[in-house]
Amino acid sequence: MAVEKVYTKPKCLLPLSSGFCPGCLHSLATKLIAEAIDDLGVAEKVINVLPVGCATMNSLYWKLDMVTSAHGRAPAVATGIKRCRPDALVFAYQGDGDLASIGLSEVLMAANRGEHITIFFANNSTYGMTGGQMAPTTLVGQKSTTCIYGRDPDTMGYPLRMCELIKELEAPVYVARFSLNNPANIRKAKAGIKKAMQNQVEGLGFSFVELLTNCPTNWHMSPVKTLEFMEEHTMKYFPCGVFVDKTAKEGE
Amino acid sequence: MAKEFMKGNEAIGEAAVRGGVRFFAGYPITPQSELPEYLSWRLPEVGGCFVQGESEVASINMVYGAAATGVRAMTGSSSPGISLKSEGISYLSAAELPAVIVNMQRGGPGLGSIQPAQQDYLQATKAAGHGGFRMLVFAPYTVQEAVDIVYDAPEYAERDRSPVMILMDGCLGTMMEEVELPPMKELPESPCKPWTVGYDGTKRGGHLITPIYPEAGLEGKNKLAVQRTKRWEENDVRVEEFMVDDAEWVIVAYGMSARVAKQVVLDLREVGFKIGLIRPITLFPFPKKSIANLDYTKVKGLIDIEMSIPALMREDIELQVLGRAPVYEYGRSGGILLDDESTKAAVRKIIEGGEQ
Repeated sequence: MAVEKVYTKPKCLLPLSSGFCPGCLHSLATKLIAEAIDDLGVAEKVINVLPVGCATMNSLYWKLDMVTSAHGRAPAVATGIKRCRPDALVFAYQGDGDLASIGLSEVLMAANRGEHITIFFANNSTYGMTGGQMAPTTLVGQKSTTCIYGRDPDTMGYPLRMCELIKELEAPVYVARFSLNNPANIRKAKAGIKKAMQNQVEGLGFSFVELLTNCPTNWHMSPVKTLEFMEEHTMKYFPCGVFVDKTAKEGE
Repeated sequence: MAKEFMKGNEAIGEAAVRGGVRFFAGYPITPQSELPEYLSWRLPEVGGCFVQGESEVASINMVYGAAATGVRAMTGSSSPGISLKSEGISYLSAAELPAVIVNMQRGGPGLGSIQPAQQDYLQATKAAGHGGFRMLVFAPYTVQEAVDIVYDAPEYAERDRSPVMILMDGCLGTMMEEVELPPMKELPESPCKPWTVGYDGTKRGGHLITPIYPEAGLEGKNKLAVQRTKRWEENDVRVEEFMVDDAEWVIVAYGMSARVAKQVVLDLREVGFKIGLIRPITLFPFPKKSIANLDYTKVKGLIDIEMSIPALMREDIELQVLGRAPVYEYGRSGGILLDDESTKAAVRKIIEGGEQ
């Protein structure tokens, strides 16, 4: 009897075990992006720009052409690639320290130029790779190794909402935030990831998708607890939704 | 071929286009801004791309991305801007990506001054970024020589898969001279090469360009870089030796300083001094042999002349002289040009008085 295959590992994900920590949602995000690329059938046209941080490890997992960039510079590197290879689908997957702190200028300026690239932004409120220091997205009161009593807005300011910054620019065509905390939200995120890549296939402009993720290791919580924390705290400060969508066709 | 009268910055822009550069990202800075200005309209004319980066940092990283596709990529700046680019230059070297980088030096350190200087010699030749890498550093002394070097630079960069630096100064960049422009190079239809990213028509799977390696791999890369440096020293040294054969006094100078030094040599020869000039055209690899192989039974001293106080090339000279003759220096600094008469007087004073 023929059995229909309904689920399989994405082709552009190599058959290796993940080096991400147990319960870390980077693994899931990595898979969702691979699935979106497979669904669109564009793997050989993709050039991925790797950031600096935990996500640099994706060089081991994705079977894509890839360029590792300097810390925070992925949108500038992606700009150079896309301008020289307009036929390529160029995306970067950056963490919050990389994108919202040291690379804030690069992502805002690439967005403002309307570069035809896709940026995925994994926001887990911490510097994971370096051991849990305060990120630009660390929540008020949230503890880290550089704010052991919790983030104090009097001296450390407030968490940066990147979607809300980027949505104020004229050029971006798609700006959205999703959470990877439960299956329903993961399905929404997958659709958003695919759309952000599809926009490039169609020659539209800058797409930005923020994915709320976790860090069991540096939050010092079990994976299940991190999902509860996201629901109770992270998602309240960083509301999910589509902030900009200029891709809808006339009459739709 | 007809000669044209062109400003240094614009002439090297045109030379880059003719040499196959099709991507430039840069940020305005005096005294090199005419280079991005020129390329902003010239590159699109030949199907290339110009991006005005939001910063020096972004610009060098755009060049890094462009280079990864195999398109010939270039950036330019002046001293403080090159410091900002140093991260990206180190990454280009680590990721083995070709790029042409022009530094129209100005006074330093810090914001320094906007006038011409030669105060970035050590940065260019010893440590243009972290990690102990080297690159070819060319130092033309006329607009024509700059044109010829920039025209060939992308090929050196591709041959070695390494950044190449053209170290000039604000005077060469902003002065106008007669130049003969070389013909437009034919480029292949596709920029793809075995080491580039981007679909090349064959399904080949993932290719990674990276500036990060496991320890053993990195040590291996470091060792290969040493071999490459040796090849540069064997094959790529360029130097002009001017009236050195019977010289008792040898000036060592590069770029604008060498122009002044050449005039000083001619003037002092006329009044009976046996003096010559060694002009490094590559600062790295440094023309060691030209200095090491001087006849030290005849040579009474060497004089390092630079638009820099202190003279930064002096240590490289002394390493070749090895105490066989005294080494003196003369220079102006901070953006003040050398002039023939003061330089001649200073050299004469050194020769006659042995003044250091």
